[in-house]
Amino acid sequence: MTRKATLAELLDADEALHLADLCRLCGVSAEWIMELVDDGIVEPLDPAARAPRFSGVCVRRVQIVRRLQRDLGVNRAGAGLALELLEEISELRSRLRMLEGQFPAEH
Amino acid sequence: MEFRDYYKILGVEPDADQDEIRRVYRKLARKYHPDVSKESDAESRFKDISEAYEVLKDPEKRAAFDQVRSNPGGFGGPGGSWQPPPGFERGFGFGGGGFTQGDASQFSDFFETLFGGRGGGWNMSTRGADQRAVIRIDLETAFKGGTRQIKVSETGPDGQPRQRSLNVRIPAGVGQGQQIRLRGQGGAGRGGAEAGDILLEVAITPHPVFSVEGRDLHMTLPIAPWEAALGERIELDTPSGRVGLRVPPGAESGKRMRLKGRGLPGKQPGDLYVTLRMATPPADSEAVEAAYRNLAEVTGFDPRETGGRS
Repeated sequence: MTRKATLAELLDADEALHLADLCRLCGVSAEWIMELVDDGIVEPLDPAARAPRFSGVCVRRVQIVRRLQRDLGVNRAGAGLALELLEEISELRSRLRMLEGQFPAEH
Repeated sequence: MEFRDYYKILGVEPDADQDEIRRVYRKLARKYHPDVSKESDAESRFKDISEAYEVLKDPEKRAAFDQVRSNPGGFGGPGGSWQPPPGFERGFGFGGGGFTQGDASQFSDFFETLFGGRGGGWNMSTRGADQRAVIRIDLETAFKGGTRQIKVSETGPDGQPRQRSLNVRIPAGVGQGQQIRLRGQGGAGRGGAEAGDILLEVAITPHPVFSVEGRDLHMTLPIAPWEAALGERIELDTPSGRVGLRVPPGAESGKRMRLKGRGLPGKQPGDLYVTLRMATPPADSEAVEAAYRNLAEVTGFDPRETGGRS
């Protein structure tokens, strides 16, 4: 039992993660992440930097690609495409929810 | 322990060939994969499907499972509990982690009894497992931060599953879908390696007035026809306090206005978007009816003048 509160750290766009951090959080190798970078699935904050740093939002993207590859047998390019479509769907869904809220259904 | 019929879980006949098992698994996996599926029970369904496939895709494991399945001594009756037959050797030689492709720690006790599983025979130093979960917070907590208690399932030093509660301090300004990390609170490391992290994904519970999109908030504001026509300054209660919204004269229903920086706080705070929706008073008395007729006469207004007339 822990009584002391553990501080939650935000993995958001403000976070600049080292490659090693990103690997650790996603449970993948650095080589594998760099392949995702080559395919444009995740992008370093500064592509010219010697030691690449990644935004905290990359964690989620990398994890989803890894799970899609592992569980559905899609290849990297396919997982990248699915990821983009999933992000678009989720944006459209929240927009739809918003619009539905604006125009309550007639009874 | 409950006997799990992996053929039933996948919905295939016990004599299905490997190709068919693979085809059915892939189909179900696409349907129930938690990253893709919107089904409410996707996560547990997917876990079952993966476990069944983990066994049936591997001829050796499948043979071992078939043997247990056909052994009446091991059954406690249809749908009842299942006990391994006396003298049953755990593991069929599959013991040791790392054998399974999926996340074996997520599999059932039944799977574990048959094939071994978590715990594994790793001697090298490995970092503890990272754990993932969704944490639900309300909009107010997202704005102001707060402390929430979560329960973490883990394997204790005696190898038995146990629960630990953890107080989590959530900083102000977490957005919908945001990931947060609890450093070093995941599974214990082995051989002196550091503990894993817990990754939580934030889900903000729906609010009756505001919806959240990333760091932005959206709301719909009903206005009266005269407010839209003449303009009005309207006081709004927002999660970040009271703000005045100036509706310009001649505003149309559906017009969207932005209150900069009134979304979720942070280094780059989000915005609050207000969509105006014209609400018309009902003509429920002679006086109101007369007022409407008068308005029609005075304005001579035809809303379909610019098109749309059928």
